[in-house]
Amino acid sequence: MSVTPAEPGLWARAQRGSVERLHIRLESLVVLIALSAVMAVLSPFFLSFSNILNILLATSTIGVLAIAATYVIGSGGIDLSLGSVMGLSGVVGAHVAVELGAPAPIGLLACILAGAAAGYVNGVLITRAYVPAFIVTLGMLGLARGLALVISEGRVIYGLPPMMVYVGQGRPLGIPMPVIIFLVAAVVAHCVLAYTKFGRHTLAIGDSESAARAAGIRVEHHRRILYTLSGALAGLAGMLFMARVNSGDPTSGLNYELTAITAAIIGGTNLFGGRASILGTMIGALIMGVLQNGLNLLAVQSYYQQMAIGAVLILAVFIDQYQLRKESRV
Amino acid sequence: MTLLVLEKIRKSFGAVDVLHGVDLEVAAGEVVGLVGDNGAGKSTLMKTITGIYRADSGSIAFGGQDILPLDPGQRRGLGIEMIYQDLSLAKQQDVASNIFLGREPTKKWFGFLPGFVDKGLMDRQAAEMVSRLGAHLPANSRSVGSFSGGQQQTVAIARALTFNPKLVIMDEPTAALAVREVQSVLDLIRRLKSEGIAVILISHRLNDVLAVTDRIVVLRHGRADADLVTARTNMNEVVARIVGGTGQQAAAAHEERG
Repeated sequence: MSVTPAEPGLWARAQRGSVERLHIRLESLVVLIALSAVMAVLSPFFLSFSNILNILLATSTIGVLAIAATYVIGSGGIDLSLGSVMGLSGVVGAHVAVELGAPAPIGLLACILAGAAAGYVNGVLITRAYVPAFIVTLGMLGLARGLALVISEGRVIYGLPPMMVYVGQGRPLGIPMPVIIFLVAAVVAHCVLAYTKFGRHTLAIGDSESAARAAGIRVEHHRRILYTLSGALAGLAGMLFMARVNSGDPTSGLNYELTAITAAIIGGTNLFGGRASILGTMIGALIMGVLQNGLNLLAVQSYYQQMAIGAVLILAVFIDQYQLRKESRV
Repeated sequence: MTLLVLEKIRKSFGAVDVLHGVDLEVAAGEVVGLVGDNGAGKSTLMKTITGIYRADSGSIAFGGQDILPLDPGQRRGLGIEMIYQDLSLAKQQDVASNIFLGREPTKKWFGFLPGFVDKGLMDRQAAEMVSRLGAHLPANSRSVGSFSGGQQQTVAIARALTFNPKLVIMDEPTAALAVREVQSVLDLIRRLKSEGIAVILISHRLNDVLAVTDRIVVLRHGRADADLVTARTNMNEVVARIVGGTGQQAAAAHEERG
């Protein structure tokens, strides 16, 4: 029965090492470097310091959403409402600060709480009402977007207090605040996913729900926390975006779930759960950021960018499935 | 000393009644075989013991304690372990992650950040446990999905034995194994008994059941239909009780079907 496998090549060993030790897929790193090299050749402006900060700034919102997507998909679920909840959160924060006149910190907190509330509703419907996550979050995609339009009466809410704007536009030490917040969130999310019980149980549930249950993990409870966390992160993304553009825009975050899920999948998250890493997702988010930024620099119409993102998502899943079949497990 | 006492356990799934009041007792260090035809309710009964299913009525006492209100994690904590027929492994995770799933040892990061998993300790203890079972795995850092069936079962067994269980339930542990591997599972059951650990063995391979058990309980139509002392019974009687007939005819018919 036991067939001695051929001695794996250097590339195969490096691949396995990177997955086991760093929790990333080496291919995504290669794609990021290659993509950056191409962009650098095509546009002399690409590698300038200010453009790199631009990329990071654009990536910060998507990156926070991609963290949420990584946790949820890693647990075998899906959250399609990320972009809409992000839009709702920005509107709620702006509404609380501008229309209700609450102090700036309350406005910022309101963004995250609004997101967490939407996520909690998702979690309860999925784990207590047993409606599939795909349907619940698809419904929430419509619900949250509609609610954002209702609260804002279809208009953009302007006139945020300066402290809220600082969170989006301030540059301590020359680094934009959203980038700092994003990086802190990514580091915390990485440590939690890779090194804590919570993170391990998240992946175990995505890997085999029955195994997790048999091991005594409270699966439903864990899932509710995950969807609430996902919503809270979408709220954080909404807060960053609102502060950056200095307004609560009910249409913000449209289609962002597409980009966020793509970033997570490119980063090596298994679409069906059980394998995920924030480091990988960050590389995926940077690939999306570089792609968009490069296409902007090359003056490619945004319609084509939308197409590129969709194509990349399908391609990433194809490569992932192809590799899994090649390794002939499951 | 009686370790586990089940009384009048009933369980139904919707309109389908699976268990109609099962009584079962297992003493410490006793090996009990649980046999019955497909659909007799063997796995369902075991899952009500581990807490995966909640019994509709009846009582379950373990070590004198009522465990019905406890969830699967708490019951594991008391020393009830089960090796599932499908093994219930997280196939994309490595050996230590599976063995310690749900019970990961933790340490503090930088002396104050709590809740971080001590992967080094996990890996060491996992390797120790696997070698204590006398098994060899290709690599403990590899995902268990890449292992053979027997190797995966080693991981499932190691998971059940690492936390000093008092009762180990095995659901068809030999069904998917090669002949030599079957022997080592039977040896393992004898070793557990000698250490005072109770074992409930579910198996269709009646030779195995007759070889290692002290008692054989026959589950039929959702009831414990017969309770036989292994030393005073034989293959024909067990088969007859399983199929419900009495004569040699029924036994022969069952044998032919395999």
